[in-house]
Amino acid sequence: MKDLFNALVIVLSATLGLVLIWVILELPPPARIRLPEQVLAQLDASGVTHPVTAVLLNFRGYDTLLEVMVLLLALLGVLAQIGKRKQKDLLAGFRLSRPHLQVLLWLARVLVPLMVLVAGYLLWVGGHQPGGAFQAGAVLAAAGVLLNLSGILPSWTEPAWNLRAGLVAGLLVFLLAAAAVMAIASPGLLLQYPPPSAGMLILLIEAGLTLSLGLILAGLFLFLSGDATEDEAEK
Amino acid sequence: MSSLILDLLLAIALLWSALRSLMAPDLFHAVVLFIVFGLLMALAWSRLHAPDIALAEAAIGAGLTGALLLDTVGYLRKKQRESLL
Repeated sequence: MKDLFNALVIVLSATLGLVLIWVILELPPPARIRLPEQVLAQLDASGVTHPVTAVLLNFRGYDTLLEVMVLLLALLGVLAQIGKRKQKDLLAGFRLSRPHLQVLLWLARVLVPLMVLVAGYLLWVGGHQPGGAFQAGAVLAAAGVLLNLSGILPSWTEPAWNLRAGLVAGLLVFLLAAAAVMAIASPGLLLQYPPPSAGMLILLIEAGLTLSLGLILAGLFLFLSGDATEDEAEK
Repeated sequence: MSSLILDLLLAIALLWSALRSLMAPDLFHAVVLFIVFGLLMALAWSRLHAPDIALAEAAIGAGLTGALLLDTVGYLRKKQRESLL
């Protein structure tokens, strides 16, 4: 019975996939609207020289604001699940005489400053090449995960005030920049950066986003890598 | 011509790793194949001339999600061992 059900699901999914491929091939050629040309035409007024960053942070900045809020909500969901956990300090279980663990510790100590440097570079270069805040934040999160897996950084439990401040800092900077722009430069229009200062504003917002996103994405792993207590296990 | 062969091989590898990841009986194999799928997806994004998405996919899709899934597999195995004792 279960095999029949599985076979039916596979057949239906394959049919859906084939129908989608056929429909896409049958679509009429795209209409007159050519988005890349339109973005490139407005690129000078956006403050950056990379079209993807201009779209993400300037033309569709509202979507990026909501996306940061969604990520923060995801982390709040994770925080609601953990209860009270013990800190799992991986280093306590290591015996430093084992050679491959020494290599891991050495590698973590060498790589993490380099990763912070790469994150800073990705943040800066996002203005004129592929890069930007999300990529830099992801590299910072990977550095945090590497530190945790090699035992240097213990897992996070209940966040202290400085961790909480870091988690919401990006969103607050974004909201403050939006409020300042709306109050001073373009009243009544949300996230309409004045072209002379758009580049500086985008860099400021991206810096805050990098810090927050690094902490949020690292928190998605670090809050969950502690040992669950007995009450957690019984739930 | 060679880029067409590369794209075709990439597409076949994507579908194959996804299929094997779903059909693997061992959870650890499935998670490793998921990470492989994430990296191949990052390659596919670069072939589509979208390097920003490729960076984000490699870091978040393959890296962070893969690490979280591996953590889950370890936790499940620990629970399994404790329940057998």
